[in-house]
Amino acid sequence: MTTRRFDFVQPIKYVFLLIGAFVVLFPPYVVLVNAFKREDEGGSPFALPASFLNMDNFKTVFERADLGHAFLNTLVIIVASLIGNIILGTMVAFALGRIEFRGKGIILGAFLFATLIPTITTQVVVFSLLQDLGLYNTLGAPIMLFIGADVVQIYIYLQFIKNIPEELDESAMMDGASLFRIYRTVIFPLLGPATATLVILKTINIYNELYIPFLYMPKTELVVVSTSIMRFAGNNQAQWGNICAAILLIMIPTVVMYLFLQKYIFSGVTSGAVKG
Amino acid sequence: MGSISYNAQRKLILIGFLAIPLLLLGLLTYYPAVKLVYLSFTDWDGISSESMWLGFENYKEIFTNPDLFGVFLHQIPYALIGIIQNIVAILFAVILNSRLKGRNFFRVLLFLPFIMNAVAVAFMFQYVLDTTNGSLNGLLGALGLSSLQQSWLGNASLVNYSLASIGFWRFMGYNMVIYLAALQAIPGDMYEAARIDGAGRFQTLWYMTLPNLTKIIQLNMFLTISGALAVFDLPFVLTKGGPAGASETFLLKTIETAFQFNNFGLASAMSVVLLLLTIVVLGIQNAVINRRGGE
Repeated sequence: MTTRRFDFVQPIKYVFLLIGAFVVLFPPYVVLVNAFKREDEGGSPFALPASFLNMDNFKTVFERADLGHAFLNTLVIIVASLIGNIILGTMVAFALGRIEFRGKGIILGAFLFATLIPTITTQVVVFSLLQDLGLYNTLGAPIMLFIGADVVQIYIYLQFIKNIPEELDESAMMDGASLFRIYRTVIFPLLGPATATLVILKTINIYNELYIPFLYMPKTELVVVSTSIMRFAGNNQAQWGNICAAILLIMIPTVVMYLFLQKYIFSGVTSGAVKG
Repeated sequence: MGSISYNAQRKLILIGFLAIPLLLLGLLTYYPAVKLVYLSFTDWDGISSESMWLGFENYKEIFTNPDLFGVFLHQIPYALIGIIQNIVAILFAVILNSRLKGRNFFRVLLFLPFIMNAVAVAFMFQYVLDTTNGSLNGLLGALGLSSLQQSWLGNASLVNYSLASIGFWRFMGYNMVIYLAALQAIPGDMYEAARIDGAGRFQTLWYMTLPNLTKIIQLNMFLTISGALAVFDLPFVLTKGGPAGASETFLLKTIETAFQFNNFGLASAMSVVLLLLTIVVLGIQNAVINRRGGE
């Protein structure tokens, strides 16, 4: 062991970390304190509000930005898209991961190549397509796009199904189980961890998605979380207290989810990226 | 079902399980891509059933009109800030990979912005960067740095750097977590061996840690560049391309051309150009990574 002397690197590390922490926390702090301020309160933007019990801004935005509808619509879109993604994703993974057939390489390639095409670049055409299908200005448009135009779930499930031993299928076949039964009672449950990753990543993505709801659902009642704040801020001349309250209300759900599920979120993010 | 042979079952499963996903893939990805290429040679306005064949006219327009292809210049700051973002992310990953109290706390904190709603983040920064009420200018004033106070989103030569910095704030922690995972995959006994050989901290970092990260650095760099090519949400929400078009991006222009000016033909050609640029970047990435891997 080296002799114990003052390690000058350790304090430098903390200096960097504290600067990083300050930069991360400064904007949310400003939003937090100003969300509780009355409009006439004035003072510096950093000062604490007169009272943290002043909920007026929150009440105002919850009604005027129609956040009740926004959260409900967002939830419906997330749940419907996830169900579609989980069912179709596991089915594709089962067919491509467990059955050998001619043309498999082409189908696999077609799914993989699709990830190269950024969804937003084809919206010019997809827009008129969804219009023709009668999905414009319905919740069906984003649900259809989140289920059909995003193929990341197929990647995740295909990676994962490789690690489920084929002996399990074989022994079930010895017992005379049908392939559909094997999918439903053996493979589907064992893909659970991949499903958890998928649920977390997609929930964050869909909750944050701005452009699809903006483009496909201009109707007032079809507001979602991302568009609610855009409409609200667009209609009201910068009442910063209100806008800060809206920002806070919108940020809370994913931040809470993150704090409880951080372990799964980190593993989801890294498994998605390291795959390359 | 038990009475059907497994061979017949396989066929049924293949058809039953793949039909809908393939239909969706064709309908929402490949058909639009092909149609996009076709429309890019026409003057379709998005509504009428007729359109005129223009040949390469739209493409000529893109590359000769500085208002169109020239906006890519606005996206250089995103690439530059993205590179700095990766360097800072590696720095924090190395710090958090060492023995340190509060490691997990800082990891959770630095990753936090990634989880926040993108539109809420945009408005949060509109407030922070506001010229008169903004807290960044307030902070600079309080620190006695009033001379640095700026109209962050209103100054044409600054606006793209301001917007790119918001991206930095959001995604640095994401990059960091990926680098951290790569660092943790380096076997500990390599460090042990280096220590026994008398390697110093910076020698270890330079000769061992960074070379082990090469592949993931390349990956993140290409993600940064293809991300910079397709910048959209921040200028869309915060500046609408202003002031005086200074923060327009190519994708923003494409969307405007289609949905505001109803020139779907030109917009399609712009989409095709962006698509090809993205594919070129990804192609170079694969070539570089495979060459490395083959050595």
